Amino acid sequence: MNQVYDISHLLAGVMLVTSFALLYQQRIAAVLNAFAAQSITLALAVAWAAWSENRPDLFITALIAFSLKGVVIPVALHRTVARLGIHREVEKVVGVGAALMVGLALTALAQALVVKIAQGPASQAREELALALAIILMGFLMMIVRRNAVTQIVGFMSMENGLILAATGARGMPLVVEISVAFSVLIALFVFAVFVFRIRERFDTIDIEALDRMRGDRR
Amino acid sequence: MIHAYQVVVAAPYVAALVLLAIPGYRIGAIANVAASGVTFAAGLWLVFGERSVGDYAIVDEFNIVFITINTLVGFTTALFSASYIGHEIETGRLTPASLRFYHAMFQAMMGSMNLALVANNIGLMWVGLELATLITVVMVGLYRTPQAIEAAWKYFILASVGISLAFFGTILIYLAGQPTLGEGVPAMTWSLLQAAAARMDPAILDLAFIFLLIGYGTKVGLAPLHAWLPDAHAEGPTPISAVLSGLLLNVALYALLRFKMIVAGQPAALDPGPIMIVMGLVSLIFAAFMLYQRRDIKRLFAYSSIEHMGLMVFAFGMGGPLANFAGLLHMAMHSLTKSGIFFGVGHIAQAKGSQRIADIKGLSVTHPRLAVAFALAVFAISGLPPFGVFTSEFLILTTTFAREPWLALLPAFGLLVGFGALLMRLQDTIFGEPVGPAHRVDASSVPMVLHLLLVLAAGIYLPPALVAWFRRAAELLG
Amino acid sequence: MTGNLVVQFLAQGAQMFFVLLIAPLAVGVVRRVKARLMRRQGAPLLQGYRDLAKLLRKESVVAENASWLFRSAPSLIFALTWVAAALIPTFASGLMYNWAADVVALVALLGAARALLALAGMDVGTSFGGIGSSREMMIATLAEPAMMLIVLTLAIAAGTTRLAGVADFFIAEPLAVRVSMALSLLALVIVALAENARIPVDNPVTHLELTMVHEAMVLEYSGRHLALIEAAGMLKLVLYLSLLICLFAPFGMAPATAGVDGWALGLLAWTVKLLGGAALLGVWEVSIAKMRVFRLPDFVGIAFVFAFLAILLAFLSRGAIE
Repeated sequence: MNQVYDISHLLAGVMLVTSFALLYQQRIAAVLNAFAAQSITLALAVAWAAWSENRPDLFITALIAFSLKGVVIPVALHRTVARLGIHREVEKVVGVGAALMVGLALTALAQALVVKIAQGPASQAREELALALAIILMGFLMMIVRRNAVTQIVGFMSMENGLILAATGARGMPLVVEISVAFSVLIALFVFAVFVFRIRERFDTIDIEALDRMRGDRR
Repeated sequence: MIHAYQVVVAAPYVAALVLLAIPGYRIGAIANVAASGVTFAAGLWLVFGERSVGDYAIVDEFNIVFITINTLVGFTTALFSASYIGHEIETGRLTPASLRFYHAMFQAMMGSMNLALVANNIGLMWVGLELATLITVVMVGLYRTPQAIEAAWKYFILASVGISLAFFGTILIYLAGQPTLGEGVPAMTWSLLQAAAARMDPAILDLAFIFLLIGYGTKVGLAPLHAWLPDAHAEGPTPISAVLSGLLLNVALYALLRFKMIVAGQPAALDPGPIMIVMGLVSLIFAAFMLYQRRDIKRLFAYSSIEHMGLMVFAFGMGGPLANFAGLLHMAMHSLTKSGIFFGVGHIAQAKGSQRIADIKGLSVTHPRLAVAFALAVFAISGLPPFGVFTSEFLILTTTFAREPWLALLPAFGLLVGFGALLMRLQDTIFGEPVGPAHRVDASSVPMVLHLLLVLAAGIYLPPALVAWFRRAAELLG
Repeated sequence: MTGNLVVQFLAQGAQMFFVLLIAPLAVGVVRRVKARLMRRQGAPLLQGYRDLAKLLRKESVVAENASWLFRSAPSLIFALTWVAAALIPTFASGLMYNWAADVVALVALLGAARALLALAGMDVGTSFGGIGSSREMMIATLAEPAMMLIVLTLAIAAGTTRLAGVADFFIAEPLAVRVSMALSLLALVIVALAENARIPVDNPVTHLELTMVHEAMVLEYSGRHLALIEAAGMLKLVLYLSLLICLFAPFGMAPATAGVDGWALGLLAWTVKLLGGAALLGVWEVSIAKMRVFRLPDFVGIAFVFAFLAILLAFLSRGAIE
């Protein structure tokens, strides 16, 4: 049992590390690769939970995570980036160092929040929950500190990865919800894709900064 | 045997599929009205039908209030939209293809909101609310202008933040319920969760409520998380603004209140009341001051929505049968009045070809009937008697005064500040030298007048049956 | 036990001696592996000894305006590094002075040596020395906190900051998959690369002013001074390799109760692991490129991030370890 726990904890930890990798990368291609690595790790974590807790339905979630977020979406975004010919460099609001430090603070916050939950039946899920929350918060951070639309999409999906990890950690949570999460990611991607192209259509850039000029009341 | 709640959810979804297949936008608009009418009828049937608690659906006094408002405003908005949206094709802002999409999405959005309202499962409710939000995101970006896209983008980013936090909170609630209710669906079922609240781990409930408050609070438009709301209201089609303010905010509030009921069931957990009071007051007062600087008429009323949502959250935070009653009443009145105002704004925008307050002067000269109706609607929303909003605001303030006299000063102050701003802006639009073009208004004024009449009637006389119904719902809220 | 005491004392002395003895060889292995991978013949493995001997024989040229600090720094740096290197348990965990081998003390010794070097680099007042010192300190400000955090992580896991105790703990404990440990290892490797002026942080063979860090500081040294500094550098490499071995691959190390036979076996194991580590370092250096200087804080920052994550996770999962 301890070994089972160790491995799931390890996989969740690797996911958190890839979250930091997302913030660390300077090039969009590298960001997409880091995201793919995170999604594949998620697939492994979910598959591990499915096998160790004997919940075969979770294999579907793992498969969705692997095929959709590990392969299809990164490849599609790679192509989008190549076709749009946008900047290869990630456009940043704050520097890498500062972003990493904030990420650490968020991780600490996640732990401080979750650690309050009493030891008990839920304590097994507790640590995974802390890691998942950290990944979710890091996804937000990425959406905030990276300006480019593509990197914001990645931030959003990284957040969804954290959510699925949390849902997997909650033992016996009905599959309905997990499928719906995957479904929602699909919708989200659809919406995002539409925007990426529309923004491109309008401004010849997918830099969100260009949109900020419209902020506030029109005068 | 078909249940009314099934119709309420299924009819809009079926209609959405049918509408996607209808090419002509005129027929589409009529079909849209028809479908909304069917849903409204099912909503009424629900009011007089029986209350039931199933595995996946729940129908109690509390959510029927929401469903009724939802289906009613959905119906009137469809009516308004049918007469209004043709104009958008003439001015070239929309194409027939995008209008077909618009009608289908309108029904899908109504269905999703109803799903969120009748679901007896916290996961299902989350799905419904999320679907409705994503659809409104697409609708806000419908005009494809840079501003519309920016608004939709901002809305999407903030809404997805809200969605994610709410989902995390949902998982936490499941974890809290799991030890007592067992694994699987029961630990996500409303009715069971509420009954078992007293045996849940208070620490998890605390954490969950914080996440849910921030998550769903984003959609309610509470103050630090409101940034999406004015943009989304201003840039989307006017019927969507009406539905956003009148309905979607309510559905988010509904979710928040359901979770409040669970957390309140565990005395050892934190008390949701004070947090909600603070957040409500911050939103109320902040939005009231923001009203003064608005230059866009739809943004003006979007901030007014934040103000009123703040007041409702404040009332529900106070708790107790009387404050809850007042909060529910205020919600109903606000939905009717605000969507009515947005209908009016739609008329004005058509008449003047602009949403800028500076371009809308001298309405009383060019469009006297519209000016009167609009002025009455603004009087209603700023809480003047004899309109229903006055009744509910008065109730909220008096119940607060009876319990915490000093606390009552803050919402009163916020409302007065907002009142001043609204009257000032109203004066700008109604009087003065007419500027700019003065087009004929094609859109039907029936929905707006209907809403105003309802609000007026509620202000003058509340039927005892209605009072009894709202009182029962308020008692459920605890 | 008196006889034993002498043996113990000798064993501790032997450790100091071995550490110094093997240091040039380890550097020789790194250089040799790199050369072979680049399809060059490469210098003989023992070139390090010859270089040191040559430098010791040569005259030491000192700038006119150099202060006493410039002259005394090499000996002090060498002494501090040697003590630090000798503190790390190499072939046995229960040596006489193992109580002194505290990780905090280790960090302090290395920090003192670094401060001296940076001061000496600035002492003569040439621009290269100043550049080197400032870059070195920039790296150090990130590497040192990372090092402290790694230490604390291990201390939380093992319940002691004594290296020998930590090593004992890891010998006794069955190898468990733990995120905090894996992260600490990664962080320690990065810190080791940065501290030893290795690629990608610094290149030990270049004198290109745009990139050099360590070499810029010691540019003014020659003769025996340079020999001492070079030797200190070699010792530092051995130190970090031994530290990694001691913490993450302690198998083969003689436990506290072992006798002379056990020590011999431990010595063999340590030598093999150390040289293996040096060879790995050679492969690593050949396979990646040096980073631009302004990217360095990010890279060394990773060590800090990993170390911080490790300690957070260790704190959270302490329940699981106990």
